Amino acid sequence: MDLDVMISYLPLYKDALLLTMRIGWQGAAIAVVIGLLGSAGIHFKIPIVRYMVYAYTQLFRNTPLLVQLFFIYFALPKIGILVSPEVCGTWGLGLLGGAYMTETFRSGLDSIPKIQSESAESLGMSRSQVFRYVILPQAVSSSVPGLVANIIFLLKETSVFSTISLMDLMFTAKDLIGMYAKTIECLVLLVIFYLIMLLPVSVLGDLLERRLRHAEFGD
Amino acid sequence: MEKALLSVRKLHKEFEGNTILKSIDLDVNRGEVIVIIGPSGCGKSTFLRCLNGLEDIQGGEIYLDGKKLQKNAKNISSVRQKIGMVFQSYDLFPHKTVLENILLAPVIVQKRKRAETEAEAMALLEKVGLADRKNDYPRQLSGGQKQRIAIVRALIMHPEVLLLDEITAALDPEMVHEVLQVVLNLAKNGSTMLIVTHEMTFAKAIADRVLFLEHGEIAEESRNPKAFFEMPGTERARQFLKSFEY
Repeated sequence: MDLDVMISYLPLYKDALLLTMRIGWQGAAIAVVIGLLGSAGIHFKIPIVRYMVYAYTQLFRNTPLLVQLFFIYFALPKIGILVSPEVCGTWGLGLLGGAYMTETFRSGLDSIPKIQSESAESLGMSRSQVFRYVILPQAVSSSVPGLVANIIFLLKETSVFSTISLMDLMFTAKDLIGMYAKTIECLVLLVIFYLIMLLPVSVLGDLLERRLRHAEFGD
Repeated sequence: MEKALLSVRKLHKEFEGNTILKSIDLDVNRGEVIVIIGPSGCGKSTFLRCLNGLEDIQGGEIYLDGKKLQKNAKNISSVRQKIGMVFQSYDLFPHKTVLENILLAPVIVQKRKRAETEAEAMALLEKVGLADRKNDYPRQLSGGQKQRIAIVRALIMHPEVLLLDEITAALDPEMVHEVLQVVLNLAKNGSTMLIVTHEMTFAKAIADRVLFLEHGEIAEESRNPKAFFEMPGTERARQFLKSFEY
């Protein structure tokens, strides 16, 4: 392994990391917003909306991100909607993640036993009070493990972006290998940079989970 | 004659085509303790749930203090504040401490001042012997302790009637006593209660009136519990009570 080569690549990897993280986190943020709205639509059984949400989650969970990106990137311009690679990546990730987040939050809400609402209602609480003070706080803590897993999954899925010529980590590594054939060096750097991006999320996620559980449910 | 606190008229309940409760009539006077017994599936729990508006009813009326129970949000909330309910599985809020569990409803529903309510909560906790557990989470408590907290959580709303739905059925035998002791004290202090239970000795000790429910109907009603438990009037009640003997 040639350390000097690796060091000389660092600035390129750093730029790629920043781009990957920016798009990854923007996509994850969109996903969380979609997930909150979508799960509310299903949980509150809003007519029509709940079926649209269901169709959406099924569509996006059962097609690869690559196909979704190609659709946004190559098919939308045919009907006159031009999107930049960055916007395409952000929304592609957001829409895919939104489907996963919807499922995570929905199952979090569904995991709270019905008798919890009933015992709150029997104390005279209104439906919105029951939701706000009893259901939501419990649903949030039971959704945290899924939320963290989804975020890590989405940040990793950014590796597909190289196919729509976004200069993310994967693209940069492939590009450098193609030009200089320093395969091992490039791949080791790639692993290191993915770890830099994901390890903190994973560790913080674990801490958060443990904290929530300690404060509320387990022993 | 004294006007009934809670009146049930021709209460009819169906679920998925099956009749659960058939034309139940009942008047509950202030301070009266009514014990409802009967085989499982006879509708006794459903009956209590109907009184609290947790079940839709297909016919009949329920009156509290002469006011009809309606299914709209405002009415049902004010009725539920007057009719407290305790469930078999305690159902404390797991994400809140004992004290928060007790204070939540009086503070957000009845808009009472937190400090005063807290003083009352502590007095009630003292009575059930759990004042030192006020900052614990439900998971740190035994079943019997959780159930005593659930009773306090209902009492702090100052309900006029208390519905107790098999509150000892999920408890280990040695915890049953501590919970029933609390209920006995409530009865002594004049609380109006409707109690569904399988604890026959307890039922006999506490009841002013016994209802034996079968197939959704009141098969036997007795204002003399001692006599009822020794010699029920109906063959079916006799058989039912016999199933508790060994």
